[in-house]
Amino acid sequence: MNPHHATAAELGRGLRTRQYSSVEVTRFFLDRIHEANGALNAFITVTAERALADAARADAMIARGEGGPLAGVPLAHKDIFCTDGVLTSCGSKMLANFVAPYDATVVERLTAAGMVLLGKTNMDEFAMGSSNETSHYGPVRNPWDGSKVPGGSSGGSAAAVAARLAPVATGTDTGGSIRQPAALTGLTGLKPTYGRVSRYGMIAFASSLDQAGVLAQSAEDAALVLRAMAGFDERDSTSVDAAVPDYAAGLDRSVRGLRIGIIREFFGEGLESGTGAAVRAAIDAFRAMGAELVDVSLPSLPMSVPTYYVVAPAECSSNLSRFDGVRFGHRCRDPKDLTDLYQRTRGEGFGAEVKRRIMTGTYVLSAGYYDAYYLKAQKVRSLINADFSRAFASVDVLMGPTTPTPAFDLGAKTGDPITMYLNDIYTIGANLAGLPAISVPCGLVDGLPVGLQIIGPHFSEERVLAAAHAWQRETDWHRRLPPLYA
Amino acid sequence: MTLTRRDVENIAHLARLEITEAELPVYVGSLSAILAFVRQLAAAPTEGVEPMAHPLEGQVQRLRDDRVTESDRRDRYQANAPAVQAGLYLVPKVIE
Repeated sequence: MNPHHATAAELGRGLRTRQYSSVEVTRFFLDRIHEANGALNAFITVTAERALADAARADAMIARGEGGPLAGVPLAHKDIFCTDGVLTSCGSKMLANFVAPYDATVVERLTAAGMVLLGKTNMDEFAMGSSNETSHYGPVRNPWDGSKVPGGSSGGSAAAVAARLAPVATGTDTGGSIRQPAALTGLTGLKPTYGRVSRYGMIAFASSLDQAGVLAQSAEDAALVLRAMAGFDERDSTSVDAAVPDYAAGLDRSVRGLRIGIIREFFGEGLESGTGAAVRAAIDAFRAMGAELVDVSLPSLPMSVPTYYVVAPAECSSNLSRFDGVRFGHRCRDPKDLTDLYQRTRGEGFGAEVKRRIMTGTYVLSAGYYDAYYLKAQKVRSLINADFSRAFASVDVLMGPTTPTPAFDLGAKTGDPITMYLNDIYTIGANLAGLPAISVPCGLVDGLPVGLQIIGPHFSEERVLAAAHAWQRETDWHRRLPPLYA
Repeated sequence: MTLTRRDVENIAHLARLEITEAELPVYVGSLSAILAFVRQLAAAPTEGVEPMAHPLEGQVQRLRDDRVTESDRRDRYQANAPAVQAGLYLVPKVIE
């Protein structure tokens, strides 16, 4: 039995046909985590006891003939999702002592689907980063090359699935935090439409952008997990009350006649040549499958990164004001008054990048600067959104690279925030407009994975997943493992 | 856009963040660079454009019924608090 060569969907089928038990599969992955996590630092917490209890419950469920396609399949949650009775640190010293008193809706729903919790994965602090180097718990290493970053902020989830320490993992994506690490580690990473998945119990970073999703081995796995986690939740005021389709059932839809817009602005300066070549070859393959390729220009899209670095810090400065040393989390020693309590607690509890973003946000919202920065950025956001709407009037999906380069060296970009921010140049647009987008592996450059990004209109996850699945039926990039973890 | 030390101290105070002497010049540099970077937005043609606060513009904020839906879990929640007494959160004295 080699459960690490099986997708989540395949494991689910094996469990239902009693080829193995969930307890066996769970023990296998716990052993794998035990062996590899020292080198990768993908997990902050391993919930071994809970995993075995979940697995026993899933086995009983399956024995009774109950449980859906994911019953008994192990998974890992990004440490941004509150998990009842389990440390939920968000990668921060601020929450290094926070044991969540309730489950996030995502956790609750995937538990109800019979999935087995292996543990909580490492991440950039409060999801602010593109390399997983801002974590209080130290950087995560890329399973394809330990000297490279796995991307971020869902870097622990990406490394865990890429090295097959878990068959599938959750993530969150505010500016690319699922798709960028998926691209850099050879995974399928899906960010759903804003409002598709409940954010209840998901620690907030930038509330008009945050969305939960999946880091998976295949579009089929992403489809199954999305179906189980998506849907209306009255506890999230931005949750959309719309039926959840059976995403897996729609996967085999043909791409014949699909109109694919190729985003001209994504193939300019800054795109590494090997990455560009792999992505172009993949898009050409869609033409061979019967799709129609259309050149599309989104002229305001190059403004995505500066727009994001006003809007996201503004929202984060507001969201992170809750960390005050009073109700939960870190508290400084011997505060002399309330202001001292706030300032030292926050100065000690937050890392450098989080402080930088809180201060950026505080500045752009402050009296005298609000119109020039925040209001202006929200107007440019409208222009970017209008570009997408115009494009989707004539094409079904948009395609381009997920990232400008493959994985880069640890430490290569930590000295210059703007160089780091530009990693998300192709992913941020979908967040600003709230669109569903997926990254699928489409090649290797010098042994490092490259991602093809597919973006669709609001609530077109079925179409985006079907296009990704069509690609994965023709290719085997998504089945390749990092040599050290094969 | 170049910020001074005084500007950064002021922003840090507004955000209730203690910044050490050693950190201050680093933030003066990086925050100035970020503001200079985002200033390129000034060139975007936004006359008559409505600001976009939210990706799903048509969505109406729901109101819930005004009734109790949660059980009392105060002790559970306060288990995470740094200092509590008799069910109350403790902070330094505010009024002399």
